[in-house]
Amino acid sequence: MDPYVLKTLNEERRARRAAVLVTDLGDGRDRIVREGDQVAGELGTAIARAFRTGNSESVEAEGRTFFLNAHLPRPRLVVIGAVHISQALAPMARIAGYPVEIIDPRTAFATPERFPDVALHAEWPEDVLTRTPLDSYTALAAVTHDPKIDDFALKAALDARCFYVGALGSRKTHAKRVERLLALGAGADQIARIHAPIGLDIGAASPAEIAVAVLAQTIHAFRSRGLEAKGAVA
Amino acid sequence: MNESIYLDEARDPLIIAEGWMKDGKDVAIATVVETWGSAPRPVGSHLVIDAEGNFHGSVSGGCVEGAVVTEAMDVIGSGKARMLEFGVADETAWQVGLSCGGRIKVYVERLG
Repeated sequence: MDPYVLKTLNEERRARRAAVLVTDLGDGRDRIVREGDQVAGELGTAIARAFRTGNSESVEAEGRTFFLNAHLPRPRLVVIGAVHISQALAPMARIAGYPVEIIDPRTAFATPERFPDVALHAEWPEDVLTRTPLDSYTALAAVTHDPKIDDFALKAALDARCFYVGALGSRKTHAKRVERLLALGAGADQIARIHAPIGLDIGAASPAEIAVAVLAQTIHAFRSRGLEAKGAVA
Repeated sequence: MNESIYLDEARDPLIIAEGWMKDGKDVAIATVVETWGSAPRPVGSHLVIDAEGNFHGSVSGGCVEGAVVTEAMDVIGSGKARMLEFGVADETAWQVGLSCGGRIKVYVERLG
């Protein structure tokens, strides 16, 4: 392995950016491919698959054998709002492999009694997200219904290109939210990425069912990353 | 289960390999590149080895690490990468094997 390649790979991994290490098993040459880099042919197809699935594999391409080692940051879910839905969502998401952090400045809601074993911040999103910024391997679900708490986080999630951004509220509530986000400087195309009403349409009624809908939508967003641009996902 | 979203720098093989390199040590990196059947560590897993035989990480459940470390010392010496294959102990030419019944292919290369 090239020492510079190892150094670069570790930099990407530390910064929570996805990278695929491509090693030619014939001559040992290696290189880093970052998400979004264009690689042609069969090798490019295999690299795109590695980014999407996170699975590493040996592939035959152009008459050679390559090993693709996929280094994807671990996805996580940030929930704005220590509410009833979040109580169900936190353990479900953790089981599905998405560690959860919950942010809610309302200390009556954000208590360890209501959220055992969850990373819980009884603080404003402004403070927490400055300390630990959002990134493209983070999903954000805003479920407080309170613009004072949700709006900053939603704008930050759009700016950080979170792979999933969802906001609780009816279409009417969302229409007002869109106005506020435009006033905060968000672009219309950015705002169109927000899933609202939140969650896959499975007819969810109870808080736990809504949590299932949100988690399913998060997983779908994660596994279809990059496909929107090619029109493969509606 | 490690739930941190950040690298566990004290135990991450590739971070350790980079640290060894900075300390001027000779290093080999072993990577699981293929598995068949039941395999204890997934494709992409690393074992990193220095010239004194210190190692971190894993390519199996401890079954073949000893053999990989020995091979790695040769690779550090020669600079030539090797592909190793391990299966059930008595079905392969290797003295060590995987009791789980799986087979793995491990690529061993020198860093630099």
